[in-house]
Amino acid sequence: MNVPLLGYEPINGWYHPGKEKQFRGWFGIVTGTVISIDRVVKSFGTFTALHEVSLDIADNEFFTLLGPSGCGKTTLLRCIAGFEPVSGGQIRLHGEDIAPLPPFKRPVNTVFQHYALFPHMTVLENVMFGLQRLGWSVVDAEGRAKQALELVHLSQFLKRRPGQLSGGQQQRVALARALAPEPKVLLLDEPLSALDLKLRQAVRMELKQIQRETGIAFVFVTHDQEEALTMSDRIAVMSDGHVQQIGTPREIYEAPANRFVADFIGETNLIEVPVLGIEGGMAEVSLPGGRALRCPTPLTGPVGQGVLSLRPERIDLCAPGEADLVVTATDQVYLGTDIQLKATLAGGQELTIRLQNALATRLPEAGTQVGLKLEAGAARLLAA
Amino acid sequence: MRQLDLRRFPGFFAVTMLCVVVLYAPLMVVAVYSFNASSSITLWGGFSLDWYADVFTGPEAPKFRVAAMNSLIIAVLAGCGATIIATAAAVAMHRAGRFRGKTASFALINLPLMVPEVVTAVASLIFFTAIGFSGGVGTILLAHLTFCIPFAYLPIAARMQSIPDAYEQAAMDLYATPWEAFRLVLLPLMMPGIFSGFLLAFIISLDDFLITNFVKGAGVETLPTAIFGAVKQGIKPNIMAISTLMLGVSVVFVTLSWLIGRSGQRDKA
Repeated sequence: MNVPLLGYEPINGWYHPGKEKQFRGWFGIVTGTVISIDRVVKSFGTFTALHEVSLDIADNEFFTLLGPSGCGKTTLLRCIAGFEPVSGGQIRLHGEDIAPLPPFKRPVNTVFQHYALFPHMTVLENVMFGLQRLGWSVVDAEGRAKQALELVHLSQFLKRRPGQLSGGQQQRVALARALAPEPKVLLLDEPLSALDLKLRQAVRMELKQIQRETGIAFVFVTHDQEEALTMSDRIAVMSDGHVQQIGTPREIYEAPANRFVADFIGETNLIEVPVLGIEGGMAEVSLPGGRALRCPTPLTGPVGQGVLSLRPERIDLCAPGEADLVVTATDQVYLGTDIQLKATLAGGQELTIRLQNALATRLPEAGTQVGLKLEAGAARLLAA
Repeated sequence: MRQLDLRRFPGFFAVTMLCVVVLYAPLMVVAVYSFNASSSITLWGGFSLDWYADVFTGPEAPKFRVAAMNSLIIAVLAGCGATIIATAAAVAMHRAGRFRGKTASFALINLPLMVPEVVTAVASLIFFTAIGFSGGVGTILLAHLTFCIPFAYLPIAARMQSIPDAYEQAAMDLYATPWEAFRLVLLPLMMPGIFSGFLLAFIISLDDFLITNFVKGAGVETLPTAIFGAVKQGIKPNIMAISTLMLGVSVVFVTLSWLIGRSGQRDKA
């Protein structure tokens, strides 16, 4: 059964039950680089979809490409799979440039957005397809395909056609089909977007678990930040064909590198402030109303103006006397676990504050003046 | 808002009936009188299958048999050839991306549908004369092959349109070479369209009279030209019997073509 794939040895051999699984680390602390995207450029005519994108994806890593539609994340995935020829740069797999190779010579498999299961084949035949193309015998291919289907809990549907399965089951077949040949990297192109919300949430954790069990590096494309934050070891946030930031979910959320990332990931309030000084990763800024505030920043050089990102859930109410900011409350939105408070600064700028429902005992009436306390980690200074 | 309901228009029923009668009454007459016991083509003399027996055993039977064999051979070969070419054309039109002359190619493939048949017939005759082909089964076959292509193309292209290229990408992602992706994935998915296209091309070739009559040489007959030849010496009810048989074959094949095309649409996942 242990047949090397295209000359490579299997990484972990997930198909051997009971074999010791190696620890795959937390938050990107991993052993080696499996795929190295090196200054990859992709243009369609005059439109440039990817501008010299560089990133490294480690062995055993759950890596997510996150960004709004049209940011180039799917194009990058298709470049790795080989469906789009790159216009420049290298895609190295274990150090070897695979950019000139056609898709069928790359030890990389894809879970397509709409699964693309072959409708004229049974579930088992679908999963065996890749193995047979690699020259496996029918018996070996069938054995491996059954193991892959077991991994995704679909052993009872071997003889069904994809059209007879539910969306969630089709998604599992697509996953089994892509995992069976034991690719070096598994590419997932928004595989959860066709599922309904409840199913999507259940599948997330399962996908993450399968990634840990198999030890195969997953490159997951999504526009859903919640999906990215809950599943990923590391996330690359993309927009307009550029990588904006690469980091763990916590880094991306708590230490956004720029205005785009701060705004795209979660909710935030962005207010322009004069910068008094920057030293050693900390900035001193002057808040509207005159108070000075020290907060972390990725900026180094001296800047006159910056944008302060304030996370709504790290702001609390307080008496106007000891407040960092004084605002006028305008509206409340009840969200169940939270209550969202809308308020305006003296300059007319709107702010959003999130208060935990359980703790919010005294909510200000609309039109009253309220003091706001910025808790630790609430503020971060970014380039304007 | 009131729906525009055609059925409520005054005279709708009358117009419908008129159309049905104009279209189908002649066929009905032919079909009914093919079972006539009398040798008159206008007077009903009771039900009999004599004329059908006459088609297979009567004095003209050998002539019809040869003509029917010719028709069948030509229809099968022209249908196969046209289907292969149309399949290749459909794959190219839907998978080659944008290429120079794509619109022109599309127009060229479908042009024979719009050109008056007699023009195609004359052009075919001139062409064969110019290159020195003498009339016979060969010229009929070539001419049929040509004008059957657009008929085969229509259902194949319609089917092709409904197959997203993700299937072939998935196949190639799973280590299938382009040829394997075509053979193992695209071709099976196209099969209902290809069957449907073949049946349509087959029946178009089988039924063709005009072009055949122009390009066939002396002494070579297909079933439609043989019927035409027999009619010239006066219409006997055996012509009605053979026509009814052809009508039956046509209806069966067109229905099959439609059913296969439709079932293909339905079991798409």
